[in-house]
Amino acid sequence: MEIATLAKETLSTPTQVYQVFIRSTPEHIWEAITDPEFTTKYFHGSRVELKLVAGSEYLSTSPDRSEVWVEGEVLEVDPPKRLVHTWLARYDAETAAEEPSRVTWEIEDRGDGMCLLTVVHDQLEGAPKTAQSVSGQGWMYVLSGLKTLLETGDPLPAFSQ
Amino acid sequence: MGDDAVFRALADPSRRHLLDRLFERDGRTLVELTEDLEMTRFGVMKHLQVLEDAGLVVSRKEGRRKLHYLNPVPIQQIHDRWIDKYRSRHASALAELQQDLEGG
Repeated sequence: MEIATLAKETLSTPTQVYQVFIRSTPEHIWEAITDPEFTTKYFHGSRVELKLVAGSEYLSTSPDRSEVWVEGEVLEVDPPKRLVHTWLARYDAETAAEEPSRVTWEIEDRGDGMCLLTVVHDQLEGAPKTAQSVSGQGWMYVLSGLKTLLETGDPLPAFSQ
Repeated sequence: MGDDAVFRALADPSRRHLLDRLFERDGRTLVELTEDLEMTRFGVMKHLQVLEDAGLVVSRKEGRRKLHYLNPVPIQQIHDRWIDKYRSRHASALAELQQDLEGG
């Protein structure tokens, strides 16, 4: 009984949720998420390119576009509130062999110039290596960097050129 | 969601314990979180609310269930603001001391 419970707990790769308050407008946050010139400054240096149409490609590359880091498909677009896309991490052979997972961005205007940004990374059941790789510092660094960039105009030190 | 709310939330051992439980396994219901605890469900609920107000826990509906997730971002922010800063000052003071001693 106990072993069964333990196995179940170990096998299930849960959803990851990250939330941060940002002193900015929903439009600015949306731009920062969807514009490659912005993403290079906070998203581990990656250029994120996507068309705002469900069914189109989501592509994250190295700054010089020579390597694909993450690829996916845009599932839902509702500017400047909600973006959903799949996530297949190509930056590592092990994660590249996994099933695609899903990332949801939600921007909520809380008034007084504050927005609440939520990132949900789920459908990770077929992607345990990806789950491990984005947890901890992964998404947290992206969100901290995005907050700092939008609030101060400057990227976090690691990404300033 | 200020530093005060985060420090206040972290100041209670039961709440730190709840965070540890979510760290072990994220996305739990109130019932799951109450299991094996000596706290009442009401007590857990109250503590979860304080954690949610501080932004340390985020709850999301999944079907009929309300799942609780650990949000590590406020702890990272506390770290950046209150730990990194003093640690780097301390480190640079030591480096200067070493320079002074070796230079002199």
